Amino acid sequence: MAQSFDRQKAKPHIAEEWVGKIVTLLCIALLIITIFSIVYFVASKGLSTFFKNNVNPIDLLTGLKWSPEGEPPFFGALPFIFGSFSTSILAALIAAPLGFCASVFMVEISPKFGRRYLQPVIELLAGIPSVVYGFVGLSVIVPFFRDVFPGQGIGIAAGALVLSIMILPTITTIATDALAALPKGLKEGSYALGSTRWQTIYRIVLPTTLPSLMTGIVLGIARAFGEALAVQMVIGNAPHIPRSLFESASTLTSAITLSMGNTAMGSLANNALWSLALILMLMTFVFVFIVRFLEGRSKL
Amino acid sequence: MKAKTADKIATAVIIAVSGLIVLVLAGLLGYILIRGVGHISFDFLTSPPETIRIGGGIGPQLFNSIFLLVLTMIITIPIGLGAGIYMSEYAPANRITNFIRLIVEVLSSVPSIIVGLFGLLVLVNMFNFGFSLFSGALALTVFNLPLMVRITEQGLKGVPREQKEASLALGLTKWKTITSVMLPISMPVVLTGTILAAGRVFGEAAALLFTAGMSSPRLDFTNWNPLSPFSPLNPFRPAETLAVHIWKINSEGLAPDASQIAAGASAVLVITVLLFNFGARWLGRYMYRKFTAIK
Repeated sequence: MAQSFDRQKAKPHIAEEWVGKIVTLLCIALLIITIFSIVYFVASKGLSTFFKNNVNPIDLLTGLKWSPEGEPPFFGALPFIFGSFSTSILAALIAAPLGFCASVFMVEISPKFGRRYLQPVIELLAGIPSVVYGFVGLSVIVPFFRDVFPGQGIGIAAGALVLSIMILPTITTIATDALAALPKGLKEGSYALGSTRWQTIYRIVLPTTLPSLMTGIVLGIARAFGEALAVQMVIGNAPHIPRSLFESASTLTSAITLSMGNTAMGSLANNALWSLALILMLMTFVFVFIVRFLEGRSKL
Repeated sequence: MKAKTADKIATAVIIAVSGLIVLVLAGLLGYILIRGVGHISFDFLTSPPETIRIGGGIGPQLFNSIFLLVLTMIITIPIGLGAGIYMSEYAPANRITNFIRLIVEVLSSVPSIIVGLFGLLVLVNMFNFGFSLFSGALALTVFNLPLMVRITEQGLKGVPREQKEASLALGLTKWKTITSVMLPISMPVVLTGTILAAGRVFGEAAALLFTAGMSSPRLDFTNWNPLSPFSPLNPFRPAETLAVHIWKINSEGLAPDASQIAAGASAVLVITVLLFNFGARWLGRYMYRKFTAIK
């Protein structure tokens, strides 16, 4: 009697349990389907340049001339690839020391002041929309470069500077977490041996947290690599490799942003842009794997 | 002596760099606000933009941004919560789960422009949603889901184990434990994260260029029938958001006061993002105090 009563009462609960489990599983399945379809669709469009239009992939990767509407058309994406790499690596070179200093300040020098002022500042920087960065870059950095350096002010330098501010929060946050997670004994041992704070930082803290710091830098580069509008606004968008940092250039993202709307879906020029998107996506995967590798090393 | 000098120099450099970062943000915010706030008026916030004449506003764009934010969050929150709950509570600790984690990580680092292109191909062309708010909202969902999953997971992981075990020991099912014990406890974390994610949606432009479109029909704000093409509430109309508008007038703006409009619109965008930021912080602290009874 009691048993059957229990069973009757338990049934809706068990049903609910199953429904809950299946619904949440469907949610995660949706996510997985989404990422696979992104990869599939971008890859199939990007590869059709090579299979359907018979463009040689080596020519695309190493060619210097990009004129998809020309007769005959040229699809050399090297200027875009060069632009993407140079802006994002330069941005990381600017942002990495700044981010490291900020995290050392927050963890080692003045945690109270750092947590109170520097951390909110960094978080706000992360929240500012990229178009606003682009707008400020266009109305402050570009005119400044135009006055100080030869050239129009637009170009890789302006792009890298805008990007460096955008990726600073990524690098700083990860560096701060890494420094804070360092075992106390290591630092205390170093202090007990009579070393100064700076000696401790660059002999003990820096080498032990290096893999994590590198993770932050790679994530920063990845973000800079994929950033589209802020860079497009300040880089000038000329499809060739510039001779100086202050000369109009292009990145993969800026080329896609600018031309995707002006080409007909399925045309050769359009497919070539999808190939650029494919390169962009593959690079993202490479960055993710580098990060995974570095994370694996930091656990050792 | 030499080591001490080096220490002093290094400390000074680090403090100077940190100060520089604070100055950069202050300069950035100050520049945007000083240049933009003067241009913000009731008229600017409500009137439609002009293409070649002076005095255009950002009314429809602002409305589109808010509407798109609401649509996106309606889709993102349930799916993100569900996926987060599965990953944190139901997923067995095995290779497949690790692989799913990797996939979520990959999705979170896919550039937003790629998400936009995917939206263009699949949502706009294949499913025939056209350049519309709905396509835009779905693309932003894709872009925001990994973040939402991570936030939910973080929130649920932060629930004390004793509380979860007590609930299970009382005979509640796992699902009941999650929904009536764990989710309320993790609410402050989840809500704060969600508001920050919403701020990200508000400022996103690259994923919207090719999904929500770069134009807005003449909206008739007296027509509230969601099926009419001129109604602001119709989710299947093209919609240029505020962030896209800033990008567009900066690159191809023809109005003589384009740079003022861009400044004003940037200020509106930044003020909104700041409100989201402070709102999230305040709400998180408030709820934490309420739930834990800490004064």
